[in-house]
Amino acid sequence: MTVTVRTGAVLALGDDALVLSHRLGEWAGHAPVLEEEVALANIALDLLGQARVLLSLAGDEDELAYLREERAFRNLQLVEQPNGDFAHTIARQLYFSTYQRLLYAQLAAGDSEFTGLAAKAVKEVAYHQDHAEQWTLRLGDGTDLSHERMRRACEALWRFTGEMFQPVEGVDVDWAGMKATWLETVGDVLRRATLEVPEGPQSGAWTAGAGRQGLHTESFGRMLAEMQHLHRSHPGASW
Amino acid sequence: MVTVTALEEELRRIAGSVPDPELPVLTLGELGVLRAVHVRGTDAVEVELTPTYTGCPALEAMSLDIERVLHQHGMREVVVRTVLTPAWSTDDISAEGRRKLREFGIAPPRIRHPQASGPVAVELSPTRTVAGSPAPGDPVRCPYCGSAETELLSRFSSTACKALRRCLDCREPFDHFKEL
Repeated sequence: MTVTVRTGAVLALGDDALVLSHRLGEWAGHAPVLEEEVALANIALDLLGQARVLLSLAGDEDELAYLREERAFRNLQLVEQPNGDFAHTIARQLYFSTYQRLLYAQLAAGDSEFTGLAAKAVKEVAYHQDHAEQWTLRLGDGTDLSHERMRRACEALWRFTGEMFQPVEGVDVDWAGMKATWLETVGDVLRRATLEVPEGPQSGAWTAGAGRQGLHTESFGRMLAEMQHLHRSHPGASW
Repeated sequence: MVTVTALEEELRRIAGSVPDPELPVLTLGELGVLRAVHVRGTDAVEVELTPTYTGCPALEAMSLDIERVLHQHGMREVVVRTVLTPAWSTDDISAEGRRKLREFGIAPPRIRHPQASGPVAVELSPTRTVAGSPAPGDPVRCPYCGSAETELLSRFSSTACKALRRCLDCREPFDHFKEL
């Protein structure tokens, strides 16, 4: 599928929000405590709102969400990773919300078709980041078991973080500066949580990351099958 | 220069009196989400509505309610448009709206610092506010007993726009309309 620069940019941002929203929605009915159930669902809802605005810039939001094939999605591989245990979900939230807050802050200060949405959403994402940070501190600096699980999660997802800073054509931000700030911010949270910044490269020949080019990890196909099942089985269904 | 006609003012008052679908003690006018009303021709009107949160599911219900009351008022064609800019802030909730929230058992949002119009003006941590604490900002007061000594239970509550807190004096849990 060939897409224009503009559509590619819209899909990159919109698909990140859509896919992470769906993953967080999978926690409904499974979260460790009721408050977390509600928190994760609310974060998912914020992301879904962003996705709807963004995808509508590129076409019909429902068609884009429910009728595209896996290879047409431009989201980061990070956001499609399975929820794992609660620590994995929190590590994914910490990495992504820190990135998204920096990205939206830059877009909000710029002058593009993303400016309005970014200015609005950056305030919401600040709460997502705060939520992830508080949990990282609590789990990292918690019991031996919670520390170990949080450490494992942060390490497992580290190799997906380099992709976030691959410049997206049509998204006019300072990618290198954003990466430096991200490393500083995440590093600070991890240190305060008595965790170490994972070793190993964030990007490179053998690390992950080609989601922006439409290449996805194995579990993404299964996620899409579930997400798109109803729409594909009952076209035009409504209630 | 855009002039607002008497009819537009009246229609705005009518649209603004629609109760919020999730917080029916507040009207859309008091919530500050009604941005403009433009009369187009003799019996057509365009309304600009802004969401509190980008993903607010109440937006569709608000639009339908506005359409209904304006149709009842003789408007044949009502178009409700969603606008994102400038982004809605909890500072847009009127003083009367804040009073009603408190009366309803929801701690109203604190006024954000005027010059801090950047992306995020509130320091989100710490979780506990006490009277005279060195933490920045005013304490979140219990809507039941007025105590300033309250603590955060969860950053997200029954809706995205609220956080769940507990009063350390009367021990009642309560919703706090969090600053945005």
